[in-house]
Amino acid sequence: MAKQKSQFVTRLEEFFGTDRIVSVSDKGNMLTLEISAEHWLDVARDLRDEDDFSFEQLIDLCGMDYLSWGQSEWATESASNSGFSRGVSAEGAGRFNWADRPQEPFDRDNNYAHPGRFAAVVHLLSVQHNRRIRIRCFAKDDLMPIIPSLVETWSSANWYEREAFDMFGIAFEGHPDLRRILTDYGFVGHPFRKDFPLIGNVTVRYDEEQDRVVYEPVEIEPRVLVPRVVRDDSRKHAANDKTAEDGS
Amino acid sequence: MSEIQNYTLNFGPQHPAAHGVLRLILELDGETIVRADPHIGLLHRGTEKLTESKPFNQNIGYMDRLDYVSMMCNEHAYVMAIENLLELEIPVRAKFIRTMFDEITRILNHLMWIGTHGLDLGAMTLFLYAFREREHLLDVYEAVSGARMHATYYRPGGVYRDLPAHMPQVKETRWTKGKDLTRLNAWRQGSMLDFLDEFVNDFPHRVDEYETLLTNNRIWKQRTVGIGVVSPERALQLGFSGPMLRGSGIAWDLRKKQPYAAYDKVKFSVPIGKNGDCYDRYLVRMEEMRQSNEIIRQCISWLRDNPGPVISGDHKVTPPSREAMKDDMESLIHHFKLFTEGYSVPAGETYAAVEHPKGEFGCYMVSDGANKPFRTHLRTAGFVHLSSMDEMVKGHMLADVVAVIGTQDIVFGEVDR
Repeated sequence: MAKQKSQFVTRLEEFFGTDRIVSVSDKGNMLTLEISAEHWLDVARDLRDEDDFSFEQLIDLCGMDYLSWGQSEWATESASNSGFSRGVSAEGAGRFNWADRPQEPFDRDNNYAHPGRFAAVVHLLSVQHNRRIRIRCFAKDDLMPIIPSLVETWSSANWYEREAFDMFGIAFEGHPDLRRILTDYGFVGHPFRKDFPLIGNVTVRYDEEQDRVVYEPVEIEPRVLVPRVVRDDSRKHAANDKTAEDGS
Repeated sequence: MSEIQNYTLNFGPQHPAAHGVLRLILELDGETIVRADPHIGLLHRGTEKLTESKPFNQNIGYMDRLDYVSMMCNEHAYVMAIENLLELEIPVRAKFIRTMFDEITRILNHLMWIGTHGLDLGAMTLFLYAFREREHLLDVYEAVSGARMHATYYRPGGVYRDLPAHMPQVKETRWTKGKDLTRLNAWRQGSMLDFLDEFVNDFPHRVDEYETLLTNNRIWKQRTVGIGVVSPERALQLGFSGPMLRGSGIAWDLRKKQPYAAYDKVKFSVPIGKNGDCYDRYLVRMEEMRQSNEIIRQCISWLRDNPGPVISGDHKVTPPSREAMKDDMESLIHHFKLFTEGYSVPAGETYAAVEHPKGEFGCYMVSDGANKPFRTHLRTAGFVHLSSMDEMVKGHMLADVVAVIGTQDIVFGEVDR
């Protein structure tokens, strides 16, 4: 199985070369290609049309916002003589409201995990070869994210791109009908962005006196029950220690 | 003679045939559809965003509420994604229980579908019949999880608990007594598996009944044959999956092609259609119910013979037993950590897909090493199928819109998420 996979990777690399795909990663259970925005459309078309690949179906497309990646709300690295801190440093989307949402821009230079804030992640399926692949494209600009649209290549991208536009504000260049899809008519903001509050912005109700539907700021308080903590998997450490022991 | 202009009709969001809250803007030329523009999102709850604010296990309940007529299949994809990231092996008995409940769920879903699809096209009786059988399976759900619909039964590492040894019986009330009570309790004398066994022996005859009502029914055929035809090429382009793809003649079933749970250990066949119209998709789903019934039968006999653990023994992820907690410090700590903080999942991304009754249900999960998902994207079949609405109804009559909504098996919980 592993050998077959590597053959496929070699085929991908020799077909596309290093100039058209940024990176190939074989981590986890699926092959991931990262493609730059310039080559996004032609690589996609080749993945669909080339006999060795023939990914006939676009199974899934979704937006990603990598802001706040790896942030922990409750770091307990070392114990002090007064015990662990109970205080939670407020970070996550569940802890602020619309008025005081974070405004700092995404720090591209100091974020080593990802080259940009917004990306589109696509899962393709080849019915012919029974194979899946994941392709990803980072938007170049974080303030006005633009990614070319795949609608011409796969019709099923249509609503997915509208969804990613609605939820993340990623503009898909060349999309025939880029409207909001899931949110209310006249909605402001992009709700799945990490700097959009979990409680939302406005609430809607029917007002009997005015005899119409009115929008008001949300009344509920932001509240999170379990703080977000990042921990290493201790099992991994145990496995590493074991291999180190075996090696010595 | 004056120029006749196209007429725009608003269909829904409150319409009995809209299967929930679908708003369709239809542009009509006489009674012929020129353009259909579905407006969705009236049931949007932001499930994906909500999952980012809760520990992994607390989100399982949200999955039930996506496609609220096939609850456990939704959970399956979600827990499989977590298991992928954790590289967690689950006990084989849990795999069979999951397979069995996936198929119970498939029957539940298809019964709901045939009931409402029939009702939309004028077959009233079937609705009552289908709900009669659904009741038995919902009782099984209740027996195993305590809830008739939103079960939260699948957990990362297996399932919440083993199958109950006794099937709960109906109690006597002023309205159910005497002969009625004996009839209702006739199947419930033994374990849950005995009850299911009675059900799978009875169910093929019930499917025969439904088919007697519909398969050669002239009105049914007039309403479905040649309606909403999708060619295999277009079906692939439009991202179809499940019965919608198989109805167009493409033999693609994740249970066969990319087996998960115990699907590689049970025998079943995959029905496919020929013409890609509503009638073929109806036939495919009817046959799927029979196949699911056979899978359940095989699972019952395997589960009777093979007792064992139903959830992984890795107590970093699964709770320890109550008894162990009483006198074992480590179990107590595990229990406390698990129910306050949850478990942290190694950084990475994964995509787990199951053959959901409606098509491919996928869960794309990204973790940054925290105790909550960094992002969860749920790939639901209904969303993709509904996006083809315009193409499927174009050129058909207004009444056929209802047939197409029915054949797509739309549920708004999963379309809007």
